[in-house]
Formats: sequence, structure tokens, C-alpha cells
Amino acid sequence: MSQFAINLLFVGASFALYIGIAIWARAGSTKDFYVAGGGVHPITNGMATAADWMSAASFISMAGLLASGGYANSTFLMGWTGGYVILAMLLAPYLRKFGKFTVPDFIGDRFYSNTARLVAIVCLIVASVTYVIGQMTGAGVAFSRFLEVSNTWGIWLAALIVFLYAVFGGMKGITYTQVAQYIVLIIAYTIPAVFIAFQLTGNPIPMFGMFSTHTESGVPLLEKLDDVVNALGFQDYTADVDNKLNMVLFTLSLMVGTAGLPHVIIRFFTVPKVADARWSAGWALVFIALLYLTAPAVGSMARLNLMTTVYPEMAGQTENYEEAANNPILYEERPDWFRTWEETGLINFTDTNEDGRIQFYNDATDYTDRGWEGNELTVNNDILVLANPEIANLPGWVIGLIAAGGIAAALSTAAGLLLAISSAISHDLIKTMINPKITEKGEMLAARISMGGAILLATYLGLNPPGFAAQTVALAFGIAGASLFPALMMGIFSKRMNSPGAVAGMLAGLVCTLLYIFTYLGWFFVPGTNMLANTPDNWILGISPLSFGAVGAMINFAVAFAVSRVTAAPPQEIQDLVESVRYPKGAGMAVDH
Amino acid sequence: MADDKTNAAEYWKANVRLIFGCLAVWAFVSYGCAILFRPLLAGIPVGGTDLGFWFAQQGSILTFIVLIFFYAWKMNKLDEKFGLGE
Repeated sequence: MSQFAINLLFVGASFALYIGIAIWARAGSTKDFYVAGGGVHPITNGMATAADWMSAASFISMAGLLASGGYANSTFLMGWTGGYVILAMLLAPYLRKFGKFTVPDFIGDRFYSNTARLVAIVCLIVASVTYVIGQMTGAGVAFSRFLEVSNTWGIWLAALIVFLYAVFGGMKGITYTQVAQYIVLIIAYTIPAVFIAFQLTGNPIPMFGMFSTHTESGVPLLEKLDDVVNALGFQDYTADVDNKLNMVLFTLSLMVGTAGLPHVIIRFFTVPKVADARWSAGWALVFIALLYLTAPAVGSMARLNLMTTVYPEMAGQTENYEEAANNPILYEERPDWFRTWEETGLINFTDTNEDGRIQFYNDATDYTDRGWEGNELTVNNDILVLANPEIANLPGWVIGLIAAGGIAAALSTAAGLLLAISSAISHDLIKTMINPKITEKGEMLAARISMGGAILLATYLGLNPPGFAAQTVALAFGIAGASLFPALMMGIFSKRMNSPGAVAGMLAGLVCTLLYIFTYLGWFFVPGTNMLANTPDNWILGISPLSFGAVGAMINFAVAFAVSRVTAAPPQEIQDLVESVRYPKGAGMAVDH
Repeated sequence: MADDKTNAAEYWKANVRLIFGCLAVWAFVSYGCAILFRPLLAGIPVGGTDLGFWFAQQGSILTFIVLIFFYAWKMNKLDEKFGLGE
């Protein structure tokens, strides 16, 4: 069977599974549509949350980010997991107790203000739309690489599949497909990692293999990697970071952003009890950690594999790295996977010094004494995971599995985001703000139409990505962290927090964060409109625009606190509402409001 | 009624105390061990590198998991003790 046929079989089988679930899990009521009926088991929800959370970027790009950045990019690992700790303790159980369907629901009711509700709706839509574009393009890339269709067809196909289960099943359909998608993606991610860890270290568990001995040289793997990259002028893989303030703030921004992202929060509305919301957050992190603990192993091992592919003599070396560096492979003798990926343009080779060999090094360091005239090889970070099975010479079905896994990661996150967007429109905008008299049936129809509309919008933007599409980290995490997270937290933990305080805080956090981002990345990300060059020298106190979400959150807290002290306390019924979300008792009743 | 109120207030205080404790550990392993104190931990070798690197790539994630389950378990006990569970 050809590789194409195998890929088609795996992807096709996974699609058949998703569609089967779509037919089985149709939504009969708005409660089904928004919160899957509210009866999802905490472990099931944990698994669905993990798939909801782990996007095309986690599946495809994370290992590459770690491979290229080493220790410095640990921020992503800690940021994207540590957010669940604050979600579990500061938000999820209380929002579950509140017992409504959306994030703007809570903000609007708690701050007894449609202005607050509207700010929350706008924040939610901007953050989620930015996020969903990356999922659509990610699915497009996976389809075009593995199924030999054009990018455009890939994106349309992804949209069609999501349409089938999201429009008919709503959160109910999405929940159970996400469970299936989690299983597909975690198997696909783990199998090649196990093989590679075993080949390099003799230890089949990647997270342990990473810290054990590299079999061929007898040196610890990470020490080996440091030596190899060092001989080629790169920074040590494990090198420490100078700008610790920025590293702390970036990690914190990712954490509060994670906790404030509506598509993650609404997953916790689907469990039956408050206690379940707490357990479920723990299970979600367990399932996420299965991938996030494997990713750094994949990153470091893939980097070492890549280096020793180009410089074969490096592999067994313990001393003479200099000598080994002088003998990279001949371009003519490059391995097959190298050729495959060259065709996609994700690996590029130019023989600058025309010696027929591949010089792959950091050309910020001068190696003219070695006869090198510049780095000759560029490797796109994203191929590390996708090419892993080929690099490790694994059978064709593993490649088919990776194809299905990459697509599952993109679709599961896209569906979660689309539900957050469509419920904000049909529930918060139409039902709560525009037409409170709408019938259950009418709202259901509105929810389905909003979902269809959101899918079309996401497809259009995936096909024609706007300038801000690449700014998921800055925009989605910045907004969620600086605006939504503090408002939600204060709504629960401060009885005194009132409407003017919360609105002023949300707007202050949002505006300051956006201004800081636009200063360095351009007004609305239009290239060339940035007022200062985006270089560390220009950053205030060395804080990168991507790390500013944490500062924005602090501004939000400070402004909200100050304004609420000089304005009237919230009415008694709101203070009673805050009381009631703090205690689990009675959550069952609150669901059927 | 008055009893209910003091009871509830006690429960909330206990919850906030527990959250402070858990978040102190959360911050210590991630911002502390993995980032700020990494140079101080440089002397402790872990598989070819140092303890700070291990915390940054694995240790903090493992601690986060333990923290959430510990919190959920403790809160269940509090719910029961104060009779505020479901």
C-alpha cells in the first residue's frame, strides 16, 4: 500500500468516527448545545479539555519551539500548564456554581451591566477569532502535506467536518468528538517519541530518556546536545536566560491568558457538580501533561538527530567535535526524508561555498577558518514532529497516524473556539441583550446559524489570513489575561467590586496591553506602522510585547480597585450572588434556571 | 441563620488560606526553581544538566498536577466538614 493510501485510510477512519459521534450526539436543547446537557463525567471532560486546549500549535510546533529555543522556551511548557492551577482554584468551580452558559453571562450578571457584558463579548470574539485562524491554517497544512490536496481544499474539508458535528451536536457533539480526537492525537504523538527515545537512549519513556545517557557516545543526552550545538556556534541548549524579568512575565502572561480563555472555561460548565469542576481540571492537566512532558524530549532528541544527520561523526564523539564539524555529509548523500521535505520548501539548502557538503551552523559566529561561507541549511521548526517517523525510519502507518493526529489537534481546538464564539452571539448578544423573549426553539436555531456563520468566517480567514493571524500569543493570550481573567477573578473574590470598577479595569487592561503590543508590532499589526522597532533594547524594562499581558492584568486589578473604592458598593442582590457562587451547595438547582 | 453565616464565612476563609498555600508552591516551583533561582540550583546535577532546567521542563508540570488534585481533595473535605457540599 502506498503512503498516500495509508494516510487516507487513517484520516478517513478518524473522520468516520467523528461523523458517527455527530450522528449519535445530536443536541436536543440549548442546554445540550451550550453545555452538553451538563452531565459530562469529570474524566471525560478532562480529556475533552485536553483536546480543546492542545491546538495545531501544541501538536506540530511546540517540540520545534523547544528544539530551537532550548531552556528559554520552557516558558511555553510552564505557561500553558500552570494556567490550569489558577483556573482550578480561582475560576472554574465558582463559575460552574454560577451555572450559566457563557463567560459574558457571568460578567454581565455579576457586574449588573450590559456594558460589561459587551466588553466581555468583544474580548471573547477577538481572542477566539485570532486563535481559530491558526487552527484552520494548521489543518490546511496537515491536509496538503499528507493527503496531497491543495491548502484551500484542505481548509474547506476541515470546515465541512467541523460543521457536521458542531452545528448539529453543539457542545454535546464537540465534547465526545474531542475525546476521540484526544485519543488519536496522544497516540500519534507518543509512538514516534517512544521509538526515538529508545533509539537514542535505550529508555522507551521519552520524559526519562531525555535525562539519561546517549547510547552511542555514553554521554548524558543533554550534555551531548550542548556539546554538539556548541561546536557549531549555537547557544547551549540548556543555557540560562539573562532577562529573567521578561521570562517571568511571559510565563505569567501565558498562565493568566490560559485561565482567561473562554473556550477553556466553558468546558468546565459541562460537569454535573462543583467538586467535579475541580477534579476535572486536574484530569485535564494530566492528559495535557502526557503530551507536554513528551514534547521537550521530542524537541531535544529531534534537534540532536538533525545535527547528527548532517554531521554523522558527531554522534559517537566525546572529544573531537571540531574535527567532526569539518565533515558534514555530502548533499548528494542526504537521506530520503530530507528530500521529501525539501519538496515542501520547509527544508532549504544552498551550497554557499560550493563544496557539495551541507554546512549547518550559526553564522553569527565566524567560521571562515573552516572554509565556511555562511549557513547553508534552513529547517522549519514545524517539521520536527511531522518528520519524526521518517527520521526514525518508522513504518508507514505511524506517518498515517501523525497525519490523523495533527488534523485531530487542529479540529478539536477549532470546534471549541467556534462554540465559544457562536454561544457569545446567540446567547449573550441575541438572547440576553437584543431579544430576551426569544423561544427555546428560536435560540436553538440562532445558535446553529451562529455556529454556521462562525465556521464560514473562520474558513474565510483561514484562506485569507489577515496580518494579525500570526499573533495568537500576543492577541488571544494578551486579551484573555489582561481583560477577562482579572474581571472574572474579582467578580468571585471581591464582594465590593462593582460595575464601574470592573468596566474601567477591563478597558484599562485591554487598552494598555493593545497599545504596548501595537507600539512594537504595528497598529493593528499593519507592517511598518510600529512606532518603535521590536528589539529588546527598545522594550520598556526589557518587557517584550508578548509578555505584557501580565502587566495589563495588574493594571486591570489596580484600576478596578481604585474606581470601585470611590463609587457605590454593588446592590445587595449582587452581593448575595457572590456569596452563592462561593459555596458548592445548590449547584444542581442553579443549572436549570 | 447567623450560624449559617459564620459557618459559610469560615469555609470561605479556609478556602482562601488553602489557595494561598497552593499558589505559593505553584509560584515557587515555576518562577522560583525554574527561573529565578536556577543559578542557585546549578550545583545540583540532573541527567546532564541542572535541577533548574528539570523544573522548567518537567518538575513544575508534575508539581502543578499534584497541586490541583491536592486542592480538589482538600476542598471536598472542607465541603463535607462545613456541610456546604452538594
